[in-house]
Amino acid sequence: MAIEVNGQSFETDEEGYLANLSDWNLELAGAMAKEDGCDLTDNHWEVVNFLREYYDEYQIAPAVRVLTKAIGKRLGKEKGNSKYLYELFPYGPAKQACKYAGLPKPTGCV
Amino acid sequence: MKKLEFDIPVITHYPKTPAVQPDAMAHCQPFIAKTEHQESLGFPGELVENWHDKAIEKMGELLGKYRSLQVFMDSCVKCGACTDKCHYFLGTADPKNMPVARQDLMRKVYRRYFTFAGKHFPKLVGAIDLTKEVLDDWYKYYHQCSECRRCSVYCPYGIDTAEITMAGREILASVGVGQKYSNEIIGKVFKIGNNLGLPEPALVDTLEGLEEEVKEDTDVDVRFPVDQKGADVLLVTPSADFFAEPHVDGLIGYAKVFHQAGISWTLSSHASEAANFGMFIGSQDNMQRVAMRVREAALELGVKRIIVGECGHAWRVAYSFWNTLIGPFDFLDPNYPAPQHICESTYDLIQQGALKFNKEENDDKVVTFHDSCNVSRASRMGTMPGGQFVIPRALIKASCNHFVDMRQETIHEGTFCCGGGGGLLTDDLLELRIKGALPRVQALHEVIEDHGVTHMAAICAICKSQFTKVLPSYGMGMDMIISVHQLVGDALELGKER
Repeated sequence: MAIEVNGQSFETDEEGYLANLSDWNLELAGAMAKEDGCDLTDNHWEVVNFLREYYDEYQIAPAVRVLTKAIGKRLGKEKGNSKYLYELFPYGPAKQACKYAGLPKPTGCV
Repeated sequence: MKKLEFDIPVITHYPKTPAVQPDAMAHCQPFIAKTEHQESLGFPGELVENWHDKAIEKMGELLGKYRSLQVFMDSCVKCGACTDKCHYFLGTADPKNMPVARQDLMRKVYRRYFTFAGKHFPKLVGAIDLTKEVLDDWYKYYHQCSECRRCSVYCPYGIDTAEITMAGREILASVGVGQKYSNEIIGKVFKIGNNLGLPEPALVDTLEGLEEEVKEDTDVDVRFPVDQKGADVLLVTPSADFFAEPHVDGLIGYAKVFHQAGISWTLSSHASEAANFGMFIGSQDNMQRVAMRVREAALELGVKRIIVGECGHAWRVAYSFWNTLIGPFDFLDPNYPAPQHICESTYDLIQQGALKFNKEENDDKVVTFHDSCNVSRASRMGTMPGGQFVIPRALIKASCNHFVDMRQETIHEGTFCCGGGGGLLTDDLLELRIKGALPRVQALHEVIEDHGVTHMAAICAICKSQFTKVLPSYGMGMDMIISVHQLVGDALELGKER
């Protein structure tokens, strides 16, 4: 499978996750979100950016508590919980936000 | 993110056996493993040219290796007792999801190639050739069984469909058609040490965060040690406990219990996974290779005990298979079971009076318990028969004032699978997962209506993730599902005199 942005085609897996991490760019993230009917706001971007920073350091997406804590620091304590993250990413913050961040889908019993 | 393109089953007042709808789930199959996911497990990368002969050869090998498989192939009398016992049949109405039909997918082929009558008079005995269509049907319907073994409880011959499913999957993988979800995960265990692919630095960072969190909540320094040589206990737990909710609150509960009881314990970055998907794909070689990491870590760290966290099939593998796969455990303290379940360990501490609870902490909840299939029907806990049913409930009752059980035929050895076990907890099978959850959701709905149940506790990472995902489809909150050790941890009196 592939996703097209500005006439360029990027390889994805069966579920639309980018095959190559290095293909990622801002427009691509927006296009992937749009396909799911989701408009990325500043708060979405805070999550996506944090995921990318964390992945860059640890080669894995952050655990849910690591993520909620970081988002609480960036967006205010009342937003540092998974209820808020599910409002932003109704398909599940880990899976949906990872997709827009160009990261592989988390695997395992999650 | 795919939108749901199917109807969510309707919860009726009483459980109903559906009228059959042939091929209702014929469209449903998981993604096939990529070449790299196959090869790292020792399987061919794609469907091999001589797949027919290879599959029959593999079947012959398994019939010789597993006496049980041979007996199960021969002994069905088509009595029908199993037909309405599978959650996937009850939820999908596809007759091929009746356990007997699932078995017959293989039995018909078995008769054709391995019995006198089937070789010479196939039509008389319902024997068929292994065609590509049959192989495709195997792939579909051996991935619509969660290997939960409920049907085997009701079979007068004790035929265990799970073993037939495992054999089916092993034959498929051995001719090049493995399942992406399970095989990719097993590959990550070999490479990194856990299903998630969580490397050591990320594990350490995550656990440090949890230490801070518990300190903020309780003002007590509860530790989450990793690779601590000389610790008494090695805790092997599903990596979802580090990563996901509600799992992580169970992990916090284990740590609080160890802290309060004064037990020195450690996690291992080498064996940072209790789950063992080698069992799901029926591959003893891969199951052994996954399990071996636990033995290596235990020896390296010099621990005296191994405790297994809340994970259903991990406990089956540990309780029933570890001794043969990675034993003997003669280097461990013989005063404790080897291995021991976290619930057994906490239960013993309660019996000794080592833990005190403030049950009022859980007074906002009316709790029920979901027995996990592998714990219930393939293992035990404690020293009494049925300990695997008694002990988790005893932990809940020690930490909560309000507990009720669900309908009798849906608990204990009759428990229904969550709908996501056996390697099916993947989004490409979401329709199957939602429909297969119906019988459990039905029983849950009943205790919500009749007793005001607010939460369902479980001791399996798959059950917890599955219910978090599927309960909202039935109009129930995703946070209804919690870890048993969350209840324990929330009510445990910390820091006071032991």
